[in-house]
Amino acid sequence: MSVVFAYTGSEAAQQIVNWLSLGSIYALLGIGIAAVFAVLGMINFAHGEVLTISGIAMLLAGEAGWPWESFIPIAILTGGVTAVLMERIAFRPVRNAPPLTLLLTSLGLSLIIQNALQLWRGPRAESINIPNLTSATFHVGSVIIQWVDVATILTTFAALAILNLFLRKSVRGLAMRASADDFTMTRLMGIRANTVITAAFAVSGLLAGIAAFFYLGAQTGQVGYDYGFTPLLKGFIAAVIGGLGSLSGAVLGGFILGGLEIFFQVTLPAQKTPFATAIVFGIAVLVLLFRPQGVLAGRGVRIERV
Amino acid sequence: MPGAILTATKVGARYGASRVLWNVDLHVLPGEIVTLLGANGAGKTTFLHTVMGLVQMTSGRVFHGEVDISRQTPEARVTGGIALCPEGRRIFTKMTVEENLRLGAGLKHQHGYDENVQYVFELFPALRPLNAKMAGLLSGGEQQMLAVGRALMGRPRLLLLDEPSLGLAPMIVTVIFGLIERLREEGVTILLVEQNVRMALQIADRGYVVNTGRIEVSGTADELRESASVEEAYLGLAVHV
Repeated sequence: MSVVFAYTGSEAAQQIVNWLSLGSIYALLGIGIAAVFAVLGMINFAHGEVLTISGIAMLLAGEAGWPWESFIPIAILTGGVTAVLMERIAFRPVRNAPPLTLLLTSLGLSLIIQNALQLWRGPRAESINIPNLTSATFHVGSVIIQWVDVATILTTFAALAILNLFLRKSVRGLAMRASADDFTMTRLMGIRANTVITAAFAVSGLLAGIAAFFYLGAQTGQVGYDYGFTPLLKGFIAAVIGGLGSLSGAVLGGFILGGLEIFFQVTLPAQKTPFATAIVFGIAVLVLLFRPQGVLAGRGVRIERV
Repeated sequence: MPGAILTATKVGARYGASRVLWNVDLHVLPGEIVTLLGANGAGKTTFLHTVMGLVQMTSGRVFHGEVDISRQTPEARVTGGIALCPEGRRIFTKMTVEENLRLGAGLKHQHGYDENVQYVFELFPALRPLNAKMAGLLSGGEQQMLAVGRALMGRPRLLLLDEPSLGLAPMIVTVIFGLIERLREEGVTILLVEQNVRMALQIADRGYVVNTGRIEVSGTADELRESASVEEAYLGLAVHV
């Protein structure tokens, strides 16, 4: 009896680590979607491509023989620069267009980038030159913990702490929070719309870069032209669960999403685990239907266009 | 208008398909309190929004001093020295009083933040102990003070006030109007939109009456108090001046 109990106890601890690690990545992706939605009222369907491009940057750095440690700043900076450039090149010209135009622009951008990458790198995924980081483990009692999970969790929490500091202490951060509430009023504080929107895309891209390092670099070790699609979906669902536009909501949404996925993977019989994702997406649809303002917020998000 | 801090010439504006302002000529001289009167929907708020660049002008020009600001972005007009304290206050309710004031200083006035915030607290002593409180939890009067204080954090030369008395208890309204007069003494020029015609004409030097998007009458506050069209514009509002 006690043996079984110990086993399930350590199994639970194992799953908690898995949950925190997966939830971290989803939270990073969710904030990326939410930050842009907060200031533009647009779902950036090209957000997944930010991850892909960060992945490609790691791929190229690996081909050039750079050490894998350099992939961390490379992925993060590439993410930030890519997102800011997307805004500058694709979204700024249509900023005052109807919401549907913005949405279609982001979809179109996603397609263009995917096809360009496919032309350049080919249709098959390529391996990033990175050692298998998932094999490094340590034991806590009978629990085997991957170092990469610990790194994912710690990095995410550090990033969230820095983001929190930015949103509370810097004027640009304050302006980002304020513009989620009332964009016009933020501009009437003499703060340029471009400043706020660029800040939102930068935050979105830098966090996507962190996610890219852990998800594409450390965990998967591969990148292909369409590898951004799944992260985009997860980020979108995390942001929806948390209430679109709410950054703290997106973090919560990320951990809820990660928790649900792990819960269904563990509890469903083996032959039904492929349905775990479908069930989770179903739950996201229900949230959209019955609580479109998210699980956190009491009020709906007010969207004001620039 | 030479010497004016704000000059609007033949300003027209529209919201979507409906035209809401026609040939509005208006000016405000430095140090004046000018009031814009008119019934609901007359176009007063739209005019203020046009001055701030929030509403597209279809014709005419707006000058800040000698500078034509007709094509400037709202944020450029604010950093140029015009501030709007909007109808309904629109403070950032999910942020603290301090964060609201910090934003009020924009990016341009952060270096003078400490000095400016002392100035605002001196004008509104009631705000000082509320510094760390969530703005949405303040009373209506406190929120209005915060809205005016936030607008002053950028040290504007011209302050546009849209219905500052709306929804406030009479005693608070008296306080707010006292502050408007005080601000004028401090060298801030004020363009005031107000439903409370009696009080507005008490503190204003001059006024304009707007009716369905056009300036109908203009004159000194004394002249407007005597004018029948002011009462006409407020028919049903029971004005005893």
